[in-house]
Amino acid sequence: MKSLDKDLFVTFMKIGGFTLGGGAAMIPLMEQQVVTRHQWLTHSEFMDVMAVSQATPGVFAVNMASHIGYKVGGIRSGIIASLGVIFPSLVIILIIAIIFSRFRDNHWVEAAFKGIRPAVVALLAVPVFKMAKTAKVTWSNVWIPFLSTALIIFGVTPALIILAAGVAGFLYGLTRDDKQTSAK
Amino acid sequence: MIFLKLFIVFSYIGLFNFGGGYAMLSFIEQEVVVKQAWISEAEFTDIVAISQMTPGPIGINCATYVGYSAVVNDPFIQGVGATHLFGILGSILATISVVWLPFLVMIWISHIIIKHKDHKVTRSIFAILRPAIIGLLAAAAISLMNIENFGHPSSQTNQFILSILICLIVFCGVFWRKWNIIYTTLICGIIGIIAYGLIGI
Repeated sequence: MKSLDKDLFVTFMKIGGFTLGGGAAMIPLMEQQVVTRHQWLTHSEFMDVMAVSQATPGVFAVNMASHIGYKVGGIRSGIIASLGVIFPSLVIILIIAIIFSRFRDNHWVEAAFKGIRPAVVALLAVPVFKMAKTAKVTWSNVWIPFLSTALIIFGVTPALIILAAGVAGFLYGLTRDDKQTSAK
Repeated sequence: MIFLKLFIVFSYIGLFNFGGGYAMLSFIEQEVVVKQAWISEAEFTDIVAISQMTPGPIGINCATYVGYSAVVNDPFIQGVGATHLFGILGSILATISVVWLPFLVMIWISHIIIKHKDHKVTRSIFAILRPAIIGLLAAAAISLMNIENFGHPSSQTNQFILSILICLIVFCGVFWRKWNIIYTTLICGIIGIIAYGLIGI
């Protein structure tokens, strides 16, 4: 139990400390660590957590951490995973705030980020293709990802899309249930 | 009292922020710069730039920095002295405040999902949600393929070409050869330092 909490804290600290570009950019590393390496969640469970974290208030990465921690080891582990993902931000930002207020004008820092930014884009594209397999995207439902991409690009909030998809799924589940009972 | 106000304002921001880090930045700006006037517009712009450039969730980075600055700028704290120490307390408080309410909501929802995982309705909700999430992720990747991240095709041709190369190679390496993401990011940083810092292409 204690070693699990330590694993959770260290893993989420890595996730928080090594991803640039915010919540969505954390997904590839988080998936690698949580699903492939530690096997705390399956691929499809991971996607479910993503959906819920998008639809609930707060910071996406912290929501992911709290759900994953909670699922593996209860409330205490949820708190520990959340603290892990926040910890690097707290330390790095405080150092910058106190010492380096001219950090972003530094020539070398700017050069390094110019190299990193295109890699961030590639890292985001990888799970799109990987997850299409897990989510069982076929010709019959391929319109769903295309529609949600288009809606985002036209400026619809992600939370609204998730909510609409959730309601649609709920109604679909109810009708499917009815058909099965009437068939019996 | 600045600490009590920080707690209230950031708890409010956390609970009502739907739509991720970038949405939170504008929310923080409204509450902290416009309504409370804890920090100036220029200070906030710098904070946003640093939040984007440093690792970690953008919303958390921004809350941490704003919490520090708001306390350091406070006239009462300046009168007391030891501003850095109080600033550190302020940043921790702002960060905890922004996450604690969403944490409770998340635990409650997680509990329900885990309990009803195999129910027909839960399954069909996720059957629709999963493909929708893929679309959201694709949109995030597409929207980041911009001039700011890749360089301008005609005025910064060298940067543009190098960026496309990095993007393609990293995609192939991680997708097919399962490259380690942390090392890949660090190596791209080194490539950037060599190409733009040392050679100056």
